[in-house]
Amino acid sequence: MTLTPGAAAGGGIRSPLRPLARILRARDRGENPDLIEAEQRRRRHEATRDRARVRAEFRLMLLALAFVFGFLAIGGRMAVIASSMAEEPTAETTGNPIVNQRADLTDRNGRILATNFETHALYAQPRQMVNPARAATELARIFPELDSDRLLRDFTGGRSFLWIRRQISPEQMQAVHDIGEPGLLFGPREMRLYPNGPVAAHVLGGYGYGREGVNSAEVIGTAGVERFFDARLRDPAAEGEPLALSLDLTVQATMEEVLDGGMTIMNARGAAGILMDVETGEIIAMASLPDFDPNNRPAPLTTGEAADSPLFNRAMQGVYELGSVFKIFAAAQALDLGLVNPETMIETRGPLTWGRFRITDSHRMPDQMTVTEVIAQSSNVGAARLAQMAGPVRQRAFLASLGLTEAVPLEMVEAPTGAPIVQSNWSDLTTLTVGFGHGISVSPLHLAAAYASLVNGGTRVVPTLVRQDRPRVGERVVSAETSAQVRMMLRRVVTDGTASFADIDAYAIAGKTGTAEKPGRGGYQSNRNLATFAATFPAEAPRYVLVVTLDEPVETSGPEPRRTAGWTAVPVATEVIRRIAPLLGLRPTGAD
Amino acid sequence: MRGLLYLLAGASFLGLGFWAYQENYATQASLRELRDLNRQIGAAHARINMLQAEWAYLNRPDRLRDLVNLNYQRLMLVPLMPESFDSMDRIPMAPEEYVPLLDATQVSSDMAPRDGEEPL
Repeated sequence: MTLTPGAAAGGGIRSPLRPLARILRARDRGENPDLIEAEQRRRRHEATRDRARVRAEFRLMLLALAFVFGFLAIGGRMAVIASSMAEEPTAETTGNPIVNQRADLTDRNGRILATNFETHALYAQPRQMVNPARAATELARIFPELDSDRLLRDFTGGRSFLWIRRQISPEQMQAVHDIGEPGLLFGPREMRLYPNGPVAAHVLGGYGYGREGVNSAEVIGTAGVERFFDARLRDPAAEGEPLALSLDLTVQATMEEVLDGGMTIMNARGAAGILMDVETGEIIAMASLPDFDPNNRPAPLTTGEAADSPLFNRAMQGVYELGSVFKIFAAAQALDLGLVNPETMIETRGPLTWGRFRITDSHRMPDQMTVTEVIAQSSNVGAARLAQMAGPVRQRAFLASLGLTEAVPLEMVEAPTGAPIVQSNWSDLTTLTVGFGHGISVSPLHLAAAYASLVNGGTRVVPTLVRQDRPRVGERVVSAETSAQVRMMLRRVVTDGTASFADIDAYAIAGKTGTAEKPGRGGYQSNRNLATFAATFPAEAPRYVLVVTLDEPVETSGPEPRRTAGWTAVPVATEVIRRIAPLLGLRPTGAD
Repeated sequence: MRGLLYLLAGASFLGLGFWAYQENYATQASLRELRDLNRQIGAAHARINMLQAEWAYLNRPDRLRDLVNLNYQRLMLVPLMPESFDSMDRIPMAPEEYVPLLDATQVSSDMAPRDGEEPL
């Protein structure tokens, strides 16, 4: 809408440039009529200019107003943001807004190992109390472990707040309600529940309360998996997604049951068992007896040996010289280095003396045996000679490659306490003794991982407690051929060696026994033994490794007590396999 | 013409204002409903959680084992052992006619605990 000069713009009849009346009059007076036209033109221009100015001023004003409002809006918003409290936009809720404080723990099949339970805590505000004396006596009646005199002292002693009970049941809560005392108050609490009681207690650990307030309290893990995965279990981003462990609840419970029975029959002080998948390193079951109830975790012992506490996890923390089960490592290394083959004759005439140290066998052995027979008959002299062939440097490197020289990186907070004890000075004598399992102390868990690495085709297995959804292939430790030879030799231990009790029809078991004397005051004690059986099954294509350890077992059915692993740990381990192999879906041989 | 334009603009301004007012209240109602539903979901979660915990507690291996032992006379349950497996060809052929199932209730309710009594 641009204005062209001369165009009509609102109101009035347009006056002509040369009005005839004035022109005639001017002509009469002899004036120049052009002047009139010029004047008319000037007027017209002035009117146009005025209109344009008004319009421009209006527009400028509009623009200024827009800016003023804009700045006012921004400034006002800034003031609101600066002065108001931060608040979540309620209309934008994503995901599941209601989740547990702490995620559940489940076994590999989703069965609950640890969950949360809503309960209440009871606290008192004595200043609001109407009748403290009655409250004290009534509370002592509801909770027998409370002392009414002491409660009365607390209620009348000028305190403004005190906790009475951390957790109370719904019935107790109702009973406290019935007292009708306004100074007794409840705060919601989450508590951790281990529904299976002592099953897998050592793995799970225990819980406690962290920061505690009236309206809530942090549930924190205090041991085991609960402590190790504390951050993961409490992470709100995980949305309460349960953490699936590698354990199988049924297998775990069965193993504990059989071990408990075996412990009684063999008069043992303790027992430990580990079942591991040889491909993934998943621990299907890990038991240590005696055990405890994680719902009511006992306090650690302040005196005496740590191993006497039920909290002590023999499977992971029980670091002992395990004895003959180590012989297979010496044999495997000699085979893998190409120094011997399973039929090579080894000098086994004893004693083998090294300085003032004598290595002998427990009973008379032939002067020469094949490598297979050295393992099957468990000859100390033969194993020492095999270790000697490899030498200290290579032996140490080999054991390190099997993970036997450092703590197992298991997902438990106690894992570093199960670090092996190795000699700082790995001498030639150490090499000989380590050949038959002395001079190096490891846990049954180490042993299970090392056996799994040897029999699974020769790749390193790292134990884990978390369910794995895909196979994990570790670095190569020994060749596939050596692995097959090791399996064959371990099978020979069962078919015609020290583990004859494991020679059952249903499953082909392969394994190696170990009876180690526990060190005590003044040397090794012949009547306090640690009997170990490290087994793998099915022998031809191993899927699982089982390690069973009995602490100071005595088998008393014969005329004299028998303490060797062949008489104690092997029958118990065999019974464990008979019970759990069907649960693991392994068909017995001969039933197709 | 110009007047009509103003009228339309004013009417649409009023209409939009009314619409915004209604939307505002509808949103607030939805938020209230959401809060309510969330509370219900939370309560349901707590209940499910409680039931799952209870189920896990009732199914704890120790209790099941004791129940099986207590009821051995009736159930004759034994652990799964290698002897439990057998080959296909040892399964007998089905009988020509099925025996009529009599007194079926006895199987499940016999020796049931009295009201409210824990079986173990």
